[in-house]
Order: sequence, then C-alpha cells, then structure tokens
Amino acid sequence: MLEKNPVIFIILAFVVIMVGTSVTMIAPFKWINGPGDRIAEVKPYTPLQQEGRDLYMREGCNNCHSQVVRTLAADVERYGNGGGYSKSGEFFYDRPHLWGSRRTGPDLARIGLKYPDPKGAWHRKHMENPQSVVPASNMPSYAFLNQALDTTYSERKMKLLKFPYTQADLDDLKGKSEMDAIIAYMRKLGTDIPVKKAEAAVLVPAVLNNPYTDVKAVKEEAEAIYKQQCASCHGEKREGTLGPALKGSAKSDADLFKIISNGIEANGMPTFGAALDEQKIWKLVTYIKLDTK
Amino acid sequence: MKAPTQYVDDSVKGFITWSIIWGTIAVVVGILISLQLAWPQLNVAPYLTYGRLRPIHTNAGIFGWGIGSFIAMFFYITQRLTKTPLWSPKLARVTLWIFNVAIASAAVTLAMGINRTKEYAELEWPLAIVVAILWVLFSINVFMTILKRKEEQMYISLWYIMAALVGVTVLYVVNNLGMPLHLFKSYSAFSGTNDANVQWWYGHNAVAMVLTVPPLAIFYYFLPKITNNPIYSHRMGIIAFWSLIFMYLWTGAHHLLWTPVPDWIQTVAMALSIMLIAPSWGAVMNGYLTMNGQWEKMKTNYLVKFMIVGITFYGLQTLQGPMQSIRSFSAFIHFTDWVPGHVHMGTMGWVSMILFGATYYVTTTLSETEIYSVKLANIHFWLVLIGQLIYSITMWIAGVQQGSMLLATNPDGTLHYSFMETMIAIFPYYKIRAISGFIYLAGLIVFIYNIYKTFQKGENSPTAKAK
Repeated sequence: MLEKNPVIFIILAFVVIMVGTSVTMIAPFKWINGPGDRIAEVKPYTPLQQEGRDLYMREGCNNCHSQVVRTLAADVERYGNGGGYSKSGEFFYDRPHLWGSRRTGPDLARIGLKYPDPKGAWHRKHMENPQSVVPASNMPSYAFLNQALDTTYSERKMKLLKFPYTQADLDDLKGKSEMDAIIAYMRKLGTDIPVKKAEAAVLVPAVLNNPYTDVKAVKEEAEAIYKQQCASCHGEKREGTLGPALKGSAKSDADLFKIISNGIEANGMPTFGAALDEQKIWKLVTYIKLDTK
Repeated sequence: MKAPTQYVDDSVKGFITWSIIWGTIAVVVGILISLQLAWPQLNVAPYLTYGRLRPIHTNAGIFGWGIGSFIAMFFYITQRLTKTPLWSPKLARVTLWIFNVAIASAAVTLAMGINRTKEYAELEWPLAIVVAILWVLFSINVFMTILKRKEEQMYISLWYIMAALVGVTVLYVVNNLGMPLHLFKSYSAFSGTNDANVQWWYGHNAVAMVLTVPPLAIFYYFLPKITNNPIYSHRMGIIAFWSLIFMYLWTGAHHLLWTPVPDWIQTVAMALSIMLIAPSWGAVMNGYLTMNGQWEKMKTNYLVKFMIVGITFYGLQTLQGPMQSIRSFSAFIHFTDWVPGHVHMGTMGWVSMILFGATYYVTTTLSETEIYSVKLANIHFWLVLIGQLIYSITMWIAGVQQGSMLLATNPDGTLHYSFMETMIAIFPYYKIRAISGFIYLAGLIVFIYNIYKTFQKGENSPTAKAK
C-alpha cells in the first residue's frame, strides 16, 4: 500500500521523523533552563553588554571562537580560568547560544575572568591589531569597531529580551564606540558564576627556590616564552607597555613566581599558572631579572 | 503504443545552471577563507573578513549548489519515475526566480553582518521566510506530480524525495523560530542550552535531510540508468530508508558531547549514531552489489566512476561520523580541523561526486547528444578527487596534531602547550589546504566547460535544429 499511496506515505514519514525529535529535542524543554539548572548569580546583559554581544554576532566571531568549557580536564585547565566547566544555567539569557563548533581561536566562555583589567586595555590593543599582542595570531584586525555605537534599538532590545535596565544603563551608552560595547561583553563573559578562589590560584610550593640561577643556560628558552606570553604587555625589551616595566625588577624571585602563577587581578595581570609549568615559570623569573643576576 | 509523455525540463536546466554558478562561488569563497586562515592580512574589513565570509561559503555550498541541484534533479527524476509531466512548469520557473533572489540576498546580507549566527540557519527572518516559501512551493510541485502520476508503483527514489520534502520543512521552520526586533535583526525563540539542543537537532539533520537523503534519491535513480541494470535489492533499500529516517533525528547531540546538554541526550545520540552505520551501509552495499558482474564499467563508463566513488565516500563518511560521535574520540577531535576534514569528504567527495555524475547524465539526455568530451570528464574526476583527498587528509592530520597538543598535560597536571603553540603547529596544513582548493576549483572549471560545450553541441545538433 505504501508503494502506492503518497499521502499515507508522507504522513508516516512525518511520524517516524517526529519520534526521535520528540524524545531528544521537544521533551528536554521540560527541564533544561528549569529551576534545577538556574544559577542565581547569573545576571542578564546590560544594554551595553547586549550591544556588544550583537556585534560579536554581526562579525561572526562564533565562526572561530567557542563559548563552552567542556567537562574535560584539559578544557577546564585551559579555558576555565577558575570557573570550572560550563554549567547550563550560565547560558540562560543567551539568545541564541554562541557555543560554536570550531576553535580556530581559543574558547571565550570565561574570557572575562582571564583579563580582569577594568579598562579592557588588553582587549582594545588586541582587537585593533591582534598581531601586536599575539605575533603569530591569524585573527583579522577589528580596528574598524572604533566607530560610534548605534543605540537606536538598545532599549527595545531590553524590552524584547525581558532584561531589566535602568535609565543609568541607557545613559551609559552615550558616546560609546562599538569597541567599547564588545569589550564590555568580553569582560562580562564568565564572570557571573561564583569562582572558587582557592581553585583559581595555582598552589605554589611551600619553599620557593629558583632552581635556575645560571642565566645563560635558560636565556634562549625563556626568551621564547617571554616573547610569546609576556612581551605583548611588558614590551619586547621588558620596557613596559600595557603592563609595567620589568627591567631591573626589585621583586624577589619568589614574588615574581607567585605573580606569574596567580596574576594580580586588580592590575589586570592574568594568571599563567595553567598555561606554563613550574619549570618554565622559574626560567621566566630568571630571564626577567637577567640584568641583576 | 501511446505517445511519449512530454516532460518539462526548462527549469531543470535553469536550476542546473544556477546551482553550478552558486557552487563555484562557494568554492572560490572557500579558497579565500582558507587563505585568510593562513595569512590574516587577506581579511578586508569589514565586508570580507573570515567571520562574515564563512557563512557565505557554507550557505552558497549547501543551499546554492546543494539545494539548487537537488531541485533540478527532483524535477527531472520525479517526472520520469511517475511518467507524468511536471504539475506546474510555471510554478517551477517562479521557484527558480525565488531561489536566485534568496541566495543572492543571502550573500549580500551575510556580508553586511546580518545573520542569526546559528550554523546553516544564519539568514535573518525575512529571508528565512522566503526560503521556507521556496521550499514549500517546490514541494507542492513535486508532490502534486507524484499524486497525479501515471505509474502506480513508487520507486525507492520517490520515497527519499518525499522524506526530504517533509524533513527539511520541519527542521528549517523550527530552528528559525525567533523574536523579530526589526527587519534585519531577531533573537532566537530558544535560549542557552535549549537553543544549542535545537540547533544541533537541526544541524545534524540538515546533514540527513539535505546532504544524505536527496543524494541517495539521485543515486538510486541514476546508477541503474547508467549501468542498465536494476538496483540489487529494492527491499534492502526500503529497510535502509525507514531505519535511516528513524535514527537520524536522535543523533543531533553528538555535536554537543561534554557540554551542559543533559548527559542522557548525549548518550542516546552516541548510541543511535553508531546504529546509523547499518542503514548507511545498506545503501552502500546496494550500490556495490548492483555492480556485480559489471565492475569493468568503472573503466569504461565515466559516469559509473562518479557514482561509485561517490557512494564509497558516503560509506567512509558514515563510518567516520559515528566514530566521531563516541565521547572519547569527540574529546580528542571536536573543535579541531578534523571536523572540516570530515565535512568536506561528505560535501566534496560524496554529495558533489553524485551530483557531477547526475549532471553529466541529465545534460546529455536533455541535449539529446553524447558528452562533449569524455576525456575532460575524466580529468575533472581526477582533479576533484585529488583536491578533496588532499583537503581532507591534511585536515585530519592537523586535527589529530592539534587535538593531542591541546590535551597534553605535564606530570603536575598543568598544560604542556600554550594555545598559540598548537596553532603555529597547524599553519603548514592550512597552506596545503589552500592548494587543494585550487586543484578542486580547476576540476570544477573543466566540468563547467564540458557541460557548457555539451549544451552547445545539443543546440547545434541536426535534431535540435529540426525542432
């Protein structure tokens, strides 16, 4: 009969398609985003942050950057920035989700935790000229975002998305550039969840003794690490740019080790404890102080 | 004897022509973005940046080349299998207009940064509505032709065609639901994890309903036509058909392994993905067994080459895909270049090979002449095959290399490589990949020239002139 009746056939095909659809796509609406996975601390976007998010979408950043930290140890270590793996409740206000499918660039789910600098100086420099910060990067320049932000729909967006906002939030949009908006969005990403500080900090050994006292022995390797990880903010010759000058640093080896490992949140210094192992950090310490050693 | 049915094929020719044009644009944009990944200074802000161009590449490929040529083939096949002329030739011509306007507007709006970011559903709501209307009009035309058919039995190809009509409609409409802000901007109707789950239910079944079911319909029709032998087993085709369209819809979450999507959905997706090997290989074996006793045609008939190599890539694709759906393997290669390697074996190897073969066949039939040059068709075959193999193999190697570097840890649990170190390691592969794109494009140009010359030959033939 099926071979001869297209109407019955098409109805049956629809029913067959709807079985898996119902179980794995429709039914989960019952509990995803329900009370079970809500996180009270996660707040909706402000008008400026939402504008930044829309710019992120306009530029198709999601084609190279994911926004979901998988439950894998290496993912948590590389992208967790102390916030651990991604939880469902963190994405409650995301329409659409921006998890992505390819990491040509790194994951950005916790990027707000990585660069705590309130002025977003790192982001600005990086967006304008990515290679000035990360020499081998293949990211395009987004200097053209230094243009006035179109705020025509900002308030309507808040209403449509049912996000709370105040007049102060709207006033905050005045005079802002597209760059300001996208940086505001970057700085918000991943910062709402309660971060366990103890987890974020890399456990430093009780006794901090730099095993590398011979500058010559480590110079070549340490210089390479320095250029890759530090030069973008502290200058090629340690003269200081976004970050302070390191040349002739008076800090002790142990202090430098701690700062590199755990960062200084208030100053915008990121943590490198996850990216670099202990030996590499000690070599960097030796390199930074090569004039005084 | 009754007079032969008059089939209406002007729209078939129209869709073939335009799908080839959009397909070529997809490949050219693909080459450009592959070069941009290796040399970022090739990004021209703001319209020609990687982030805006990549959706143009995928949309031109899937919707322009894929859907465009499927519409052409469905019009062609349906008429012949039902022994009935197309229900409405006028509607078919309107469909072609809407198709071209939709794809052209898609390219322009995506370059302007107007997009929903949901993969393969990037078009903003007014355009999404146009695409939905286009598909419904096309579906009505095909379905009405089937309803009014003169041949009572429905061959397996018609089953696949009808499933695609229903499947694409359901998927496309649901994943495009949104809340419009204004004409050029809307927000998804779903949020966060729900949105991700809907997106990949759509994303993976676009692979099923657009890139698997239609080429299978085409394969089942043309292989017997080309070889003058019936398909090995109609029954196996039917069993494979029902299990395929049943199982596919469960598997979307294999794109979301290790994410906050509920664990059981991931596990179910993983299990059903493995089970999909059976119906997929049902089609592959049906193709191979049809060739029993006539394998010499791989040498003597250029069309058989396209069909059999195409179905072989389908077989490889449907073994590799389930492998990637396993959690442990996904942990390794997900988010790396392995995945574009996989996707391009499917699109450039399986789908396009079948479409190349079918396009040659239809072109010669419509022109009532032999192919302009079998030699050029063979050169085309080898160029696209080599281009695609270099693409996929370099990306698999790049994916394995980057995947293992990203997961490598030191004895104390810290990461062994910085992200940049893993990226620097794969730059050489990006350059090889760009070269493979040029080889594929060269093959495509030979194909276009051959098709053009064949149509021309048909127009100049004595029989055509007599008309």
